[in-house]
Amino acid sequence: MAKKPVQKQEVETTGHSWDGIEEFNNPLPKWWLYTLYVCIIWAVWYSIAYPAWPGIKSATAGYLGWSTRALVAEEIAEVEGRNAAINEKLATVELASIATDPELKTYATSSGAAVFKTWCAQCHGSGAAGAVGYPNLQDDDWLWGGSVEEIRTTVAHGIRQETDDDTRFSEMPAFGDDYLEPEQIDAVVNYVMSLSGEPKDASVVAAGMEVFAEDCASCHAEDGTGDREQGAPNLTDAIWLYGGDYDTVKETVTFSRFGVMPDWNERLTEAQVRAVATYVHQLGGGE
Amino acid sequence: MAILDKHGVIERNVTLLAIFAFLVVTIGGIVQIAPLFWLENTIEDVEGMRPYTPLELTGRDIYIREGCYVCHSQMIRPMRDEVERYGDYSLAAESQYDHPFQWGSKRTGPDLARVGGRYSDDWHVDHMRNPQSVVPESVMPKYGFLENKMIDGKYVEDLISTHAFVGVPYTDEMIASAQADFKAQADPDSDYDGLIERYGEKVSVRNFDGAAGISEADALIAYLQMLGTLVDFSTFTADVSR
Repeated sequence: MAKKPVQKQEVETTGHSWDGIEEFNNPLPKWWLYTLYVCIIWAVWYSIAYPAWPGIKSATAGYLGWSTRALVAEEIAEVEGRNAAINEKLATVELASIATDPELKTYATSSGAAVFKTWCAQCHGSGAAGAVGYPNLQDDDWLWGGSVEEIRTTVAHGIRQETDDDTRFSEMPAFGDDYLEPEQIDAVVNYVMSLSGEPKDASVVAAGMEVFAEDCASCHAEDGTGDREQGAPNLTDAIWLYGGDYDTVKETVTFSRFGVMPDWNERLTEAQVRAVATYVHQLGGGE
Repeated sequence: MAILDKHGVIERNVTLLAIFAFLVVTIGGIVQIAPLFWLENTIEDVEGMRPYTPLELTGRDIYIREGCYVCHSQMIRPMRDEVERYGDYSLAAESQYDHPFQWGSKRTGPDLARVGGRYSDDWHVDHMRNPQSVVPESVMPKYGFLENKMIDGKYVEDLISTHAFVGVPYTDEMIASAQADFKAQADPDSDYDGLIERYGEKVSVRNFDGAAGISEADALIAYLQMLGTLVDFSTFTADVSR
């Protein structure tokens, strides 16, 4: 049974009729219509307030002068301003006194951790345990010294950065290049292995000792404990930068190694360099 | 409002509807896209930008071939966290010779827009061979095979002239000497004066992968080591209105 159309007041129909079905021409709901009008007004305001309309040379800058570049500069300036006093203090005080000033130490350690995770972790590991060819910073074995001053110098000037006059520079000869005979290399490798563990071939250790005294002791010291002045590693501990097995030590003696580290004073501020030095110093091996 | 009652005409004529819809979309497109080609503030001119050298461009092709852009972006956004981590935010001009640009849309790995000079060549070699050896938490695949794939720059002249065709300002001289420049950049013992003369003082000439010959690793590392290094931000101040 066909119901009568429910309609409070008479509204026109659209005028067409299909099989007796007609369509009311109701006006749009008020809430919908006013939302549409508000959106249109908002769009006009938005295009005036923010950069929008293209012109001949440039687009309108917008009444509010909004700019992401200005915003990020402002935000960075605000944070730098907040830390300016303590950064200034960190950059100028005696390095050794950082450890005795609790506020400065806390700031240096935590901001240093952030610097480390951003710039250092890719080589030295996020936990500073290092990797093959990249020193572990948690132990007390240091190539160039583990006092906070020495760490700062290493961080600031890098290792083997020829563009930096104060860089840490050492170069072990590639003993495979006409310096030593293969038997001599074999002997000295076994001797070096015997300093901290078991050699591969104990019968040549005595011969290796002679080679070591002649060709290696000037940097690595008579007893093989190394020399930090020259960045020569201690060979008597069982800590290896590239590995302590026969093949790896032989590769090191034959071809030498030439690991590098950037001179971070090029990219970081003095306060950041000191902060990361403080952070590394307190990891466990600091002297 | 007689004109507003005329919509019935459009609604009843599908061809007319299509024509009007097309017109509206065209206007929107023109207003949004066309001004980018002439507005000065969308084409910032920055000192220091130069076209890629033949070796770098070859490396860039390897970067694209291996799909590095799927996990690495090259777009430092103007936000404090990104600027603190990666360096100055990217400028449009820094991608002006990129066809296509490598901004990317997803970061599984870090942004690479300013990776140049951040790590040593040795680090890159270690990292390509076995990313987990230097970054244990990394999920990057191994790319050690690049070191074994030797390349001779046979098609590099074509590559350069293709980029010249789409608007990169390579000179005829650069195109003609493309293969020589390609080889010179990976060999510090070669005569690379011409390369420096054509592409500028800042071009790095090194044996990037530390092994004899020119491999794909040489090209890729040469490309990575120059990324984001061309503009000198100690002298450049970004215009905030751009």
